[in-house]
Amino acid sequence: MEDLITSILTITIRAGTSLLYATLGEIYTERSGVLNLGVEGTMMVGAATAFAVAYHSDNIWLGLLAALLVGGLMALIHAFLTISLRADQVVSGLAITLFGTGLASFMGQRLGPGGTTMVGLQGPAFQRIPLPVLGDLPVVGPSVFTQDVLTYFLYLLVPVLWFYLYKTRFGLHLRAVGENPQAADVMGVNVTTTRYAYTIFGGVLMGMAGAHLSLGYLKGWADNITGGRGWIAIALVIFAMWDPIRAVIGAVLFGGINALQFRMQAAGTTIPASFLNMTPYFFTILVLVMITWWEVVRKRVGAPAALGIPYVREEKR
Amino acid sequence: MGIESPPSPAVQMRGITKRFPGVLANDHVDLEVYPGEVMALLGENGAGKSTLMNVLSGLYRPDEGEILIHGWPVHLHSPRDAIAHGIGMVHQHFMLVETLTVAENVILGLDTVGWVPRMEEVHRQIEALSEQYGLRVDPTAYIWQLSVGEQQRVEILKLLYRGADILILDEPTAVLTPQESADLSRTLRRMADEGKAVIFITHKLDEVMAFADRVTVLRAGKVVATLRTAETNKVELARLMVGREVLFRLEKRTCQPGEVALEVKDLQALNDKGLPALRGVSFQICAGEILGIAGVAGNGQRELAEVITGLRRATGGSVRVYGRDITNRSPREIIEAGISHIPGDRVGVGLVPNLPISDNLAMKAYRHPPLARGPLLDRSAMRDFARRLVEAFRIATPSPQTPARLLSGGNQQRVVLAREITASKGILVAVYPTRGLDVGATEAVRKALLEERDKGAAILLISEDLDELMQLSDRIAVLYEGQVMGVVVPEETTPEAIGLMMAGQRAEE
Repeated sequence: MEDLITSILTITIRAGTSLLYATLGEIYTERSGVLNLGVEGTMMVGAATAFAVAYHSDNIWLGLLAALLVGGLMALIHAFLTISLRADQVVSGLAITLFGTGLASFMGQRLGPGGTTMVGLQGPAFQRIPLPVLGDLPVVGPSVFTQDVLTYFLYLLVPVLWFYLYKTRFGLHLRAVGENPQAADVMGVNVTTTRYAYTIFGGVLMGMAGAHLSLGYLKGWADNITGGRGWIAIALVIFAMWDPIRAVIGAVLFGGINALQFRMQAAGTTIPASFLNMTPYFFTILVLVMITWWEVVRKRVGAPAALGIPYVREEKR
Repeated sequence: MGIESPPSPAVQMRGITKRFPGVLANDHVDLEVYPGEVMALLGENGAGKSTLMNVLSGLYRPDEGEILIHGWPVHLHSPRDAIAHGIGMVHQHFMLVETLTVAENVILGLDTVGWVPRMEEVHRQIEALSEQYGLRVDPTAYIWQLSVGEQQRVEILKLLYRGADILILDEPTAVLTPQESADLSRTLRRMADEGKAVIFITHKLDEVMAFADRVTVLRAGKVVATLRTAETNKVELARLMVGREVLFRLEKRTCQPGEVALEVKDLQALNDKGLPALRGVSFQICAGEILGIAGVAGNGQRELAEVITGLRRATGGSVRVYGRDITNRSPREIIEAGISHIPGDRVGVGLVPNLPISDNLAMKAYRHPPLARGPLLDRSAMRDFARRLVEAFRIATPSPQTPARLLSGGNQQRVVLAREITASKGILVAVYPTRGLDVGATEAVRKALLEERDKGAAILLISEDLDELMQLSDRIAVLYEGQVMGVVVPEETTPEAIGLMMAGQRAEE
C-alpha cells in the first residue's frame, strides 16, 4: 500500500511539473491582460528544441537554455502581434499553436543524426535525485523529495511567484495593468512594457514546460509529445482563478488523473485506453462548468478585467 | 486669499493651442491659477475644458503654447511628468483598479515605496491625510466595496499622497449627492487653505458660485472671460458660457393627466452582480404626464428602465400598460404594447454606430408596411422615411446614408429620439436623455419631451440632473437603493429636500 501511494505520488508530481510550469506561465501572461492560447505550440517547440540541442551538444543545460529562449521568442511574436499591432489575441494564440505544432513535428523528423528522425533517440536527461535528509522520509521521501532539478526549482518558484504577485510593487503593477490598464497608465506604469515583459516571461515558463517533457518526464522525443497539456494548462488557469498557489492544487489533481491512468492500465483494466485518455479533458470541461457557475456568484475572483483587450491610450476629444 | 496676495502663480498656461482632426479644441488659451485659491473652469460640453486640463495633466501635448509651473517652463510628456511637477488630476471616469485595495491604488506606480511596500505604514499615512483634509475612507477596503463618493476621495488621496500641490478635478460633483457635494466643497477649501491650487471643471453655475474664488469661462476653445465670483452672477456667467441670453425656464403648460398609462407595482429585480437592485418599486404614470426619477447613479435607475423595457427580468412585481400585464415579456412584445425607450447608453444600446442613419431610424418601423414589403425591405420607402425624420427632427447630417457614429452626440440623440417618438404608442422611457449634450441639443430634447407629453404621452424620465427633473417633471420619485423614498411635486419642494431623499431619507408622510 505504501508503495502504491509512493508511486502514485511520484508520477503525479512528475506529470504535474510541466503542467504547472505552463500554467504559471499562462497565469502571469493573463494577469497582464494578454491571453496566450499558444501554450500548446510553445511547449511543443520547447520540447523539440530542448531535446535536439541537448542531444547534439550532449549538454542538457544547453538544451534547457535553448528551450527557454525559444519559448520566450514565440511569446515575443504573440506579444508583438497583440500588444503592438493590437491583433486579436485569440487568433494570434491559435496561430502560434498551429505554427508551433507544425514546426515541432518538422524538427522531430529532421533534427536527428544526419537529418533523420528524433523519435526513439536516447539523449541526456534530468535524473531524479533524492534530497539529503528529506529524501529519507517515509512515503514523501522517495516521491516528493526524489525528483529532478526542474521539479525542485518549481518548489521554489511557486512561493516566489505568489509573493511577487501580491507583495511587491512590481506585482501590484502587473495586477493593475491586467485589471485597468488606463488607471495604471495614468499612474505612470508603462502598460506596453509590462505586457511585453510578462508575456515573454510566460513564454519562457512554457518553454521550460516543454523542456521538462522531453528531458525529464518522457526522456525523449515523440510526435505530439505535449498531448494537449497546453490546453489543460489554460483550463487550469481558470481552475486556479489566476493564483499561483491554487495552480499547484490544479496541477496535482490533473497530474494525479494522469498517474491513475497509468496505474489502471498497468493493472490491466478492461476499460478501453481511449476512455482513460479522455478523463483529463472530461475533468477540464467539468471544472470549466463549475467555475463558470461559481463565478456568477464570486465575480471578484474572476479573470483580470482587461484580459484579451488591447490597450490604446485615447487621444480623442 | 486670491489674486493679490501671492505674487507668483502656481500655473501659467500661455497661448495653449490643441488641434484634433477637424476640431480646434483649444485656441490660444491663457490661464493663471494661484496657490491658495479654488478656480472654476466653466464652459459647455465641447468648449475645450477637459482638453485644456488634459494638456496640463500631461495626457495631451499642446500643438502650441507653453506651461509654467511656479514660474518655470515645463514640458509635460506624460501624467507621470505632471505628477513629478506636483500636478494631479481626478478624471471624470475614475482611474481606479476595482480589485485592489484603497492603499494599493494609492501607491500604484510610485517607486518611492520600495520593492516590497510596507502596507501598514502606507495605511497610517493615508489615514493621516484623510484626517487632515476630511476625506474619510478605509485604506484596507477594496475599491469595488466603496460608494462613488468614497471612490472620488480615493482619487483625491492618490494625488495628495504624491504631494500634488496643483489639483484638477473634472466635473467632480456629477456623481455626488448634494450633501456629498457640500463635503467635497469643504475639502477643496481646506486644500486651498493649505496653499494648494485647486482647479475644477464644471458646467454648473451654482457650483461655480458656491465653490470657487475665481472663474475662467471657455467657449468654443477660447477664453471669453476670467472673473472673481464675488464680482459676477449666474446670469452673466451663463451668457458668457453660451454666448447669448439663456432662458432658465422652459415653457411648460400645466399637466392634464388622463388615465393611468403605465403602472409599476412592487417591482423587484437583480443587478448584474446578482444583488437586489429594485426592492419593491411602485408608481403610476398617467397619459399626458412626466414622472421624473431622481437619484444618485447606481440606485436602481438603470435596472428600472431595463425591466420596464424587457431587457432585464423582474424577480417580482408587475408592469402594466393600460391595465395589460407585460411583466417579463420580450422586448418586442413590449414595443408592440406601446413602450418606447431612449436608452442611457446612446451609442452602445440606442444606435448601431456603423449603420447609416436611415437604417438606425428604421430599426423599429421596418417590420411593418410601408417599410416592409412582405419579408423584404422597401429601400426607397426607408429613404423617404429617413428623409422625413431628418427634416422633422432637424438632424444635422450630410446625408441619411451617413453612418451614425460620425454624428455629434446631440445629433445622435436626435436620431434616437426621432425613431422612438415615431414608434411610440403612448409611453416613453427616457434614460439620461440629455447627458453629454450641449445647451442647444439639450433644449431641443427637452422641448420634444414636453411636446410628447402635451400630445398625451406618459413619460418616465430618468435623469441625474436635478434642474432638468424640476423643470420637466410633473411629479418626481426619488430612488434610493432600489426603493422609492418619496414622490414630490417640483413646485412644492426644494432641491435640498430631494437631496435628502437621494441620500436615503424618506419623505415625511
